Amino acid sequence: MNLDFTPEETAFRDEVRAFIRDNYPKELSGMGSREDLTREQFLGWHKILGKKGWSAPAWPKKYGGTGWTSTQRYIWSEENARVDALMPLPFGVSMVGPVIYTFGSEEQKAKHLPGILAGDVWWAQGYSEPGAGSDLASLKTTAVRDGDHYVINGQKTWTTLAQHADWGFFLCRTDPSAKSQEGISFILIDMKTPGIEVRPIRLIDGTHEVNETWLTDVRVPVENLVGKENEGWTYAKFLLAHERSGIAGVARSKRGVERLRSIASSETIDGTPLILNGDFSRKISQLEIDLTALEFTELRTLASEAQGKGPGPESSILKIKGTEIQQRLTELTLEAVGNYGAPYARGMDGHGVNDLGVGPEYSNFAADTYFNMRKTSIYGGSNEIQRNIITKMILGL
Amino acid sequence: MDFNFTEEQTMIRDSLARLIKDQYDFDTRRKVIASSEGWRPKMWAQFAELGLLAAPFSEEDGGLGGGPIDAMVVMEEFGKGLVIEPYLQSVVIGGGFLKRGSDGQKAEHLAPMIAGERVFAFAYAEPKGRYNLADLETTATKDGAGWKISGHKAVVVGAPWASHLIVTARTAGGRRDTKGIGVFIVAKDAKGVTTRDYPTVDGRRASEVHFDNVSVGTDAAIGDAGNGLPLIERVTDEAIAALCAEACGAMKVAQTMTVEYSRTRKQFGTAIGKFQVLQHKMVDMFMEAEQSVSMTYMASLKLDEDDVTRKKAASAAKVRIGQAGRFVGQNAIQIHGGMGMTDELAIGHYFKRLTIIDSEFGNVDHHLKRYTDLSATEVLVAAE
Repeated sequence: MNLDFTPEETAFRDEVRAFIRDNYPKELSGMGSREDLTREQFLGWHKILGKKGWSAPAWPKKYGGTGWTSTQRYIWSEENARVDALMPLPFGVSMVGPVIYTFGSEEQKAKHLPGILAGDVWWAQGYSEPGAGSDLASLKTTAVRDGDHYVINGQKTWTTLAQHADWGFFLCRTDPSAKSQEGISFILIDMKTPGIEVRPIRLIDGTHEVNETWLTDVRVPVENLVGKENEGWTYAKFLLAHERSGIAGVARSKRGVERLRSIASSETIDGTPLILNGDFSRKISQLEIDLTALEFTELRTLASEAQGKGPGPESSILKIKGTEIQQRLTELTLEAVGNYGAPYARGMDGHGVNDLGVGPEYSNFAADTYFNMRKTSIYGGSNEIQRNIITKMILGL
Repeated sequence: MDFNFTEEQTMIRDSLARLIKDQYDFDTRRKVIASSEGWRPKMWAQFAELGLLAAPFSEEDGGLGGGPIDAMVVMEEFGKGLVIEPYLQSVVIGGGFLKRGSDGQKAEHLAPMIAGERVFAFAYAEPKGRYNLADLETTATKDGAGWKISGHKAVVVGAPWASHLIVTARTAGGRRDTKGIGVFIVAKDAKGVTTRDYPTVDGRRASEVHFDNVSVGTDAAIGDAGNGLPLIERVTDEAIAALCAEACGAMKVAQTMTVEYSRTRKQFGTAIGKFQVLQHKMVDMFMEAEQSVSMTYMASLKLDEDDVTRKKAASAAKVRIGQAGRFVGQNAIQIHGGMGMTDELAIGHYFKRLTIIDSEFGNVDHHLKRYTDLSATEVLVAAE
């Protein structure tokens, strides 16, 4: 057992650090945790990485992945987090991409993978419905075969950033008589198809991050079905397992703790920096200690994956603890800014620009970010669902 | 980066696990604890034979060439079996000091310790010192060629079984000064050493040790008798990492025992493990135990880094394990219900051991403060 990087790994770290320094777009600095950016801003770094061949490090090499080891991927995410880089969104690279190269047809691979890698095609996830949240398998959207098309009807919700989407991957019921988890299919839909309407949902932080997506008699060619009809649940579960890696967000939270420390060094309490206040500094310590526990749990997971053992039982902790820590981080950041947590930057004239001059710059979105991050323990299988999964898969109860 | 165990470490783990399974079952342990001796010197000899006492030492020092990870492996198995023998005190702490001693001290003490013939205990705590390693009223004063030691050491775990004590004492300065502290080897049968032996709530034995003008030679002092605190802190951090490993073993067993119990115990016509409120509690216990393992790896792997990194790592681990141990222990009792309160079930004994581990070498509050103070030092240094 040791924590040392090999000389090759150290050289790799230096290489990616230099690449990020020389190529990360200056205009995106400091935007890493914002939800209300333009399409071009969201895709800026993704497109640069696409050209370099680094946009999908976890993919197998033959589909355009990097072939990096798990330690290299760990270094990669650490280095990006150091500059708070705006990483490629998960919907293409981490979600539908792996489903397509694992279960899709050769035509689907050829058609879709290059666009995902390059950051040219924006994907949306059509899973949740008004009546199917944590109980995803109770979804009702139907796809009825009509010649060489499916006719799709239903309503999806929480469709993240679908206002920018070119394509979507949707779970639809193809066999209404089957039990809830059977009879579901995984279908790729061009978002420009007639009958699709995307309506914004405004969230408590004032952003337009998610949408309702209505599908009315949407005609989709049958070749857009991924894998076999009625086996979509298998692919959805596979996708969730993929979604989990990196969900701990360790590198980004470490950067967040640094930022919190710097805010707490600027803020004062009775004339003393907040960072030296016993009550507050101990909260930071506790957070950092819990983050260290998460970091080493993730490292153990990576090590076991690298040995081909697959993620061990400890990997299931990553979603729960990772999101709890992300939430506590934003909670403490809001506490740290004190009175200036209250001004609503997005509600003022000029809408969300950063130079409003109310309070220190770091206070502008502290409350919004705290509000927004409540989503993390709800999405991707709520943390209660995660506990049900651990109960079943690990405790065997 | 590598999280694998070596072949030797795996062998140690397997053979120790087998020994504990065969000869350290719960009923045997209860009988041993209730006996007048309170431990099994024969078991200690078997540990020596298995190479456990030699495992963490370099070959030059008469060991098997291992290190802290080997001690971690042993201590985790000890935790699983609630083993009471003083591995932490004699091997990790005693050996930790001795391997940094002079060649003469190594020859005189380390070799017989590794052979299992000499057993060490660590007399550092004092009635009023709480967890501050520098808060010492025990004194060592120069006396001709040697030293005279006087004072009262509190709750010296394993002292009733020890042949020798490692004693911290003030050689100069005021009561809580960080300078002016020495570390001394004292034979327990030396003139002027008196002990009051007693059992501890978690099945071990300890002593109040009084030193009344105990004479020791110059060769009794380990390292710099005027500045021993850095060494004491280093060895104590190593002890913390090992103690965390023991806690991990105990937590894992307490957690799995509880899951097993919930599978068989029926109420309202169903196994209580079917109740979601208990399931989620047990998932939280599982997560606490797993994260404790991660923290123990972390602390054990950082023992040889710079002082601040090492101290923060040890304190971080002790905080997390203290909290996890309390959570796992308390909920294990709760889910066992009334049966968890009975002495005849093992679960209560795991709970008791986990409870006391938090108070050994500094509890959660102590280490959260230590970690915070070290971080503040970094902030101030960065600001200058």
